[in-house]
Amino acid sequence: MIDLQGYGWLLLKGLQLTILVGLASMVIAIFLGLIGAWGKLSRARIPRMAAGTYTTVIRGIPELVLILLVYYGVPTLIQDITAAAGRGIIVDLNPFTAGVATIGFIYGAFATEVFRGAYLAVPGGQMEAARAMGMNSSLTFRRITLPQMWRFALPGLGNVWMVLIKATALISVIQLPELMRNADIASRATRMPFTFYFAASLLYLAITIASMILQQKAEVWANRGVRRA
Amino acid sequence: MVFDIILESLPRLLNGTWVTIQITGLSVAIGLCLAVPLALLRVSPNPFCWVPVYGFIFYFRGTPLLVQIFLIYYGSGQFQDALSQLGLWPFFREAYFCAVLSLTLNTAAYTAEILRGAIQGVAWGEIEAARACGMSGSLLYRRIILPKAFRLAWPAYTNEVVFLLQASSLVSIITLMDITGVARVIAARTFAFYELFLTAAAIYLVLVYGLIWVFRKIEYRISGHLRAAPEPSDATAGM
Repeated sequence: MIDLQGYGWLLLKGLQLTILVGLASMVIAIFLGLIGAWGKLSRARIPRMAAGTYTTVIRGIPELVLILLVYYGVPTLIQDITAAAGRGIIVDLNPFTAGVATIGFIYGAFATEVFRGAYLAVPGGQMEAARAMGMNSSLTFRRITLPQMWRFALPGLGNVWMVLIKATALISVIQLPELMRNADIASRATRMPFTFYFAASLLYLAITIASMILQQKAEVWANRGVRRA
Repeated sequence: MVFDIILESLPRLLNGTWVTIQITGLSVAIGLCLAVPLALLRVSPNPFCWVPVYGFIFYFRGTPLLVQIFLIYYGSGQFQDALSQLGLWPFFREAYFCAVLSLTLNTAAYTAEILRGAIQGVAWGEIEAARACGMSGSLLYRRIILPKAFRLAWPAYTNEVVFLLQASSLVSIITLMDITGVARVIAARTFAFYELFLTAAAIYLVLVYGLIWVFRKIEYRISGHLRAAPEPSDATAGM
């Protein structure tokens, strides 16, 4: 076993925060993904263009640049704009908010594509049947489309989650004490960088393995009503 | 928005762009050379071949790239004596070497997995036909399986290269002066945070969509046999 010199608890605390950050970002990503998918599938031009721009731009910019932009850039941008308007408002983003918002915003773009694909995968006859039963469009979405979309969206959302949880390591750059940052602190204090980064990598691997198992279970659950050959 | 700062720092940002392109290009090229044998070992039925490769791929795909970069750049310091004796320390001391090494190993793992899927996706009938023509072993792989697999893997490989180009921004954390690195240094000195990071983002956008455009062109070229024959009048359409 690796000797962590009493810094094991620090890593575990970091792991806790990593999972918390990951879950919070995932909730935002799913929310934005649903809105984005609605925009992409909308018949109106403005939502369609907005959603298209969102996914195109976000997927072309590195996560690190966006995190730095949000954490350092947004407060100064707001200050400059409000100063120009005559009253200076000083905004202070904490690393948790900035990190969760940015990661959620980035992976919302990926979730958009997942939900769009899932929506298109639900057979059209289902929606027609719902209309024939007298349901309006929001009721159809809530009762018919959304429950069936999950089944098609789960594999894609699982992938988004796996990439997202690894991307949270980047928030260490803006000093949020999550797993990577704490491994960094421990490795500096003990002068054993390999030991601590390796331990951190094993914890990330553990998250990955646990997520894979959960995903498989969730897919079995979501497909429980589907007949197989 | 202070446009002067953007204009003033543009030459240095373009230098950074060149560093980004260099690091990405080197990692993609070496990573692909590693990925092909890895994928072949991965599909081998012999457990002594596929188990270690599976472990390598699983580790590099299951952990964040940042951890891998830190493990190689900072982690190697813990083995300074052993590396010095082997004469490898001068390499591991260099951030550039460590950056390329970690990006290479990372992309090799992802690409090997993409190629594995593609190799297993080659239609069984084609392999059977090749065997019926008397091909086997390396000839079968060289002439039938690998060319088919590359074509199948191309769209996924495009994504991987785009991902690596963006991931190369992480090398700025180990002091390299790529686009992100230059933007961070100038922003920290001038406090022009959003101006510089927005410019950096714009450069990445151009690089990413330029790269996608080139890869789509290549995809169009290598999938000619899958398209319907063009009408004589618009033979140049889509070029």
